[in-house]
Amino acid sequence: MAATDVSPTERCRRALRRAQLRLLSLGGRGDGVRGTVALASAHLLGALSGLLATGDVNAADLPEDRVDVMLHSFNGGGVDAWGPAILIRKNILGKVSLLGTYYADIVSNASIDVVTTASPYHETRNEFGFGADYAVRDSVLTFLASRSTEPDYIANAFNFDVSTETFSGMTTVGLGYTYGSDDVGKKGEGFFDHATHYRYRLGVSQILTPTWLANANFEVVSDSGFLASPYRVALVFGAAVPERLPGTRTSRTLQFRLIGEVAPTLSVRGEYRYFWDTWDIHAQNFGVGAAYRMGEKWLLDGYARYYTQNGALYFTNNATSETQYVTRNRQLSPFSSWTAGAKVTYALTGVPGRYQVFLNGALEYWKTDYSEFTDLRTGNLYSYSAVLSQVFVTVIF
Amino acid sequence: MAVFALGVGATLAAITPSAGAPDFTLPSLDGPNLRLREQRGQVVMINFWATWCGPCRVEMPHLGRLYDKYRGSGFTVLAVNIDEDPHKAAQLARQLGMRFPVLLDTDKKVSRLYDLGTMPSTFLVDRDGRVRYVHRGYRDGYEDTYDRQIRELLRE
Amino acid sequence: MKSTPTLPGGTLRVVAFSLATCVLSACSLPEPWVKPYERERLADPLMKYQRDPLSAKDFEHAHDVREGARGGTGVQGGGCGCN
Repeated sequence: MAATDVSPTERCRRALRRAQLRLLSLGGRGDGVRGTVALASAHLLGALSGLLATGDVNAADLPEDRVDVMLHSFNGGGVDAWGPAILIRKNILGKVSLLGTYYADIVSNASIDVVTTASPYHETRNEFGFGADYAVRDSVLTFLASRSTEPDYIANAFNFDVSTETFSGMTTVGLGYTYGSDDVGKKGEGFFDHATHYRYRLGVSQILTPTWLANANFEVVSDSGFLASPYRVALVFGAAVPERLPGTRTSRTLQFRLIGEVAPTLSVRGEYRYFWDTWDIHAQNFGVGAAYRMGEKWLLDGYARYYTQNGALYFTNNATSETQYVTRNRQLSPFSSWTAGAKVTYALTGVPGRYQVFLNGALEYWKTDYSEFTDLRTGNLYSYSAVLSQVFVTVIF
Repeated sequence: MAVFALGVGATLAAITPSAGAPDFTLPSLDGPNLRLREQRGQVVMINFWATWCGPCRVEMPHLGRLYDKYRGSGFTVLAVNIDEDPHKAAQLARQLGMRFPVLLDTDKKVSRLYDLGTMPSTFLVDRDGRVRYVHRGYRDGYEDTYDRQIRELLRE
Repeated sequence: MKSTPTLPGGTLRVVAFSLATCVLSACSLPEPWVKPYERERLADPLMKYQRDPLSAKDFEHAHDVREGARGGTGVQGGGCGCN
């Protein structure tokens, strides 16, 4: 006599069973196409209801309470960006977990684009985020709103995600939606245009064995509006013209991840992602990593990542014909990039109360090589290396 | 033609209410072995927990309160821990101030015997050794249901 | 007498589709093979792809800004299987 009432998944399963029985009787009576389709659908519903029938009432866990205070920096390719970041998460009323984030980027930009076509600049970007996670039986609903402001760009985003545990908690299915609305501006001109973004995502996480976990994610991103940069210029017959890009872009991403514990103190992980969009960019990245627990207080992470993409249809280093759209944005050009990273976490002991305090340091080394984009100062293909670092304190309570 | 699988796959509990609670003997944190059958005559709450299980940790203080409230009337709690490392269990038991017997099921034999479908799992056993109530998981408010059911079983 | 309409592709397609769904439901889904009391290792922080959300957000932002690809990172399940 379980002391709990019926979960949404159980209700869904019963509804599917009722639909299945109705379809079966329809299939039995119908002839030809209609009958076969009804029977086939009935079989499919049977399989679906089986997936949902767990017999248990599961409830998902809310993320734990924590505070992270970080100092991050990026140095490379002529760009120096650093800033503080904070994350605060607190569970209130037992069913809701609130989240607040602040992220600042203080940028000194003398990158290749800036140096060859404009003049170096300094600028600060601030980003605030506020969210809530709400547990409803075996699902977690996540709402997140964020706003990022720079002197010439404001980006607002609203996210909604639902994550449900099924199959006795062995499978987690997530659906998500994001709406983004940006104001695009230019120094000296103010805000003159908009960009809108829609994101739809589906993710599945599956427990394979007591020590192996796999997941797959699919995301569609759809942009419309002013998608170019008002500062960036393209080269057409050697002359600089403002870049011209389509007003829409749709992309799809498929990512697979695998993580497993090969020893009580060592886990390994791997990922593969494939990206393709309507601007004809195809990109892939491969990643491998390992995490090692040393003694009682140390956690060490190491990983490597390889990213490669081909250029967008509209990218050209120096156009030799007049086209409707043209861009010299190196982000949209063919290139490959290597990243190697490490993170160290130290658990502080002797902390009073129920607090766990961790000191962390993370470092990433990047090397990017462009295969068509050139450094205008030398005429050679451009490449650069960068270092990304983070130091942060985490308190879990 | 209408050969279809029900696709139910429902997991029926091996432990159904009114079945006799399967007997077991497990070592306790204090040392001596404890046998379930020897608790006959008392109302027993068997709670399966682990240090890595969040809801288990939230539930523990409530079980402590119920233990203090009803132990004089013939009620006891057997907290069966399933951690691979009993030291972690001892540490957390100390931290949470668990006053009732903590039993160690490191090889998961009793967990399999009771066919646990969720963590935590709570079984209320009456004075005759029969399982009367089964609770899967823990959510806010369960402790009130436990209170009511314990009182009912004690009155018998 | 009305003639029964057929799906494009003919009977073969219909049979293949019914067969596929038959297999799907006839192989009724197996019992969950990892019990909740066997999930201790999965609840270990070592088994989290991203332990620190703020750190992951910073790295992801840096990559997003400098690469053409975006999106695709998401759901992480596993965990302790509690409740």
